[in-house]
Amino acid sequence: MEPEHRDQPHLPGPTVYPIGFAAGVATLLVGLVVSPTVIAPIGGAIAMPAPATAPAVPADVGEAAMPPPAPGERFARSRFLEGATLGLGGVIGGVVTVPVLGMALGPAFGKQGKHRVDLGSIDNFPQGDWEIAHFFLHPDEGEVTRRTAYIRYNGLLSGKPSFTIISNRCAHLGCPVQPNGPSFPDQTKNFGTGGGQEVTLIKMLPAGGFGCPCHGGQYDTEGNRTAGPPVRSLDRYEYAIDNGHLILGKTYSVAHVDGTGSTAVIHRYGLAGPGQHIDGWEQIFYPLQPPH
Amino acid sequence: MAIATRTRKSPRRERLEAAVNYPIDWLEERSGLIGGIRYFLFRKVPGDTNWFHTLGSATLTAFLVQAVTGVILAMYYKPEPKTAYASIQHITNDVTLGWLVRGMHKWGASVFIILMFFHMARVFLFGAYKYPRELNWIIGVMLLVIGMLEGFTGYLLPWDQTAYWATIVGINLNGTAPFLGPYIAQFLRGGAEIGPDTLARFYSMHMLLIPGAIFALIGLHLYLVVRLGVSSPPWSKEAAGADWVEEQEVSTDGRRAGLTRPVPRNYVRGQRGDSA
Repeated sequence: MEPEHRDQPHLPGPTVYPIGFAAGVATLLVGLVVSPTVIAPIGGAIAMPAPATAPAVPADVGEAAMPPPAPGERFARSRFLEGATLGLGGVIGGVVTVPVLGMALGPAFGKQGKHRVDLGSIDNFPQGDWEIAHFFLHPDEGEVTRRTAYIRYNGLLSGKPSFTIISNRCAHLGCPVQPNGPSFPDQTKNFGTGGGQEVTLIKMLPAGGFGCPCHGGQYDTEGNRTAGPPVRSLDRYEYAIDNGHLILGKTYSVAHVDGTGSTAVIHRYGLAGPGQHIDGWEQIFYPLQPPH
Repeated sequence: MAIATRTRKSPRRERLEAAVNYPIDWLEERSGLIGGIRYFLFRKVPGDTNWFHTLGSATLTAFLVQAVTGVILAMYYKPEPKTAYASIQHITNDVTLGWLVRGMHKWGASVFIILMFFHMARVFLFGAYKYPRELNWIIGVMLLVIGMLEGFTGYLLPWDQTAYWATIVGINLNGTAPFLGPYIAQFLRGGAEIGPDTLARFYSMHMLLIPGAIFALIGLHLYLVVRLGVSSPPWSKEAAGADWVEEQEVSTDGRRAGLTRPVPRNYVRGQRGDSA
């Protein structure tokens, strides 16, 4: 390969004029905003083309005299430009892709979110009776956040009121489970508890537990699976008593429940999607849940 | 690209032809598009192709119907939990011919899916997925998958009880996938709970993300069809495929004919193509 032509004189000589031109234009634009009468003309003067002082290049020196490149010959400048194109393109692509992907995929790692649902006075829940409770998880977001829970008041446990609050989300694929027994729409209570929250309580008697209309999953009154495809018990709501009001909190998942009523032992886990195993050997398939 | 001149023509006809040819030549000279159309459409196909070979075009037509009707429906549909169902009722009951366009989109969706399966069955039973068309089979499978994703995301949009609960079940089905399932479900839902974001997300995927991907993959699919040529049916006695494919067959000594059957014993290179 022929030696490179690095030692050829660079004609016309290198100049910093392009930098001066850029600085002049920048000064001109800033001057138009800041001081059109003083700074802008200065910028214009800087940007004015300098008189051509470089001598004409003879035909037998400089680039014109260079031999044509050998086939496959690469020049430092073309390698640099190739790298710059790929590098800058990669940077631009990354700058665009990272926020876009983050925005699209972010919700995959989102939390269940806090909610605090006021279901009204606990006097609405006679001991031992079941109520179907309809309410809004987020009243400001409307109907789409309407949820249903099945609630039984178990009486006092060492001085504190005890409730069984079962989510109606089937542990198979999330259809709404229904009580296997009569409900009494004539004994319906409707009331608001502030913040747009509308609560509906309907008395019911789930003598045969709960059943899912979609694929036939069956549960007893503690939410334990008795038949069908569900992989665990029904989810439950955390609750608190505040000023005599029943307050629902987060939802959590339940592997199974031993015993009944206020003394039931709930094998509790973090919220998992329907159909996902939380105990037994199958839990190895769901090692990481999104944060809840 | 000028049309070959016949010997005797009236001056009037010549002027007419010149007037017709001028814009075509103008376009061809600057874009090469006319040649591109010839490359795409004026191809050799085996003489004994039959109606089964039209299933791919039928699927494409069904998709184009979906694209056109979907664009028009998007002019009236309001993807908000509070307005979605009402806007569908409005399209069906009030908008001029809305019932028809919505019906075409709704039933056309099933037609599209069914035709994809028929087309796939044809390719499978004719052995048209074999060398050198394996890549086109793979692209076709991708189209099948995202075509069904398109159906899944579109199913939510009427925002009625069927749509809502079917989508809940569908998302939770995805959630039961090992390891990544919980994250896939949250991605589809746009959060831990189904809500207003879910509908907007599904709408965006249904009308922008997935159709874009389908268009791109159909482009690749058709490019490969044109490049490799149409395969002949299994019972055919005729060699098929693009000319260069035949050259390749012969040069590999007949063993990897690969189209749908071995190259005939009496096959001579260049027998068929006069313009290889």
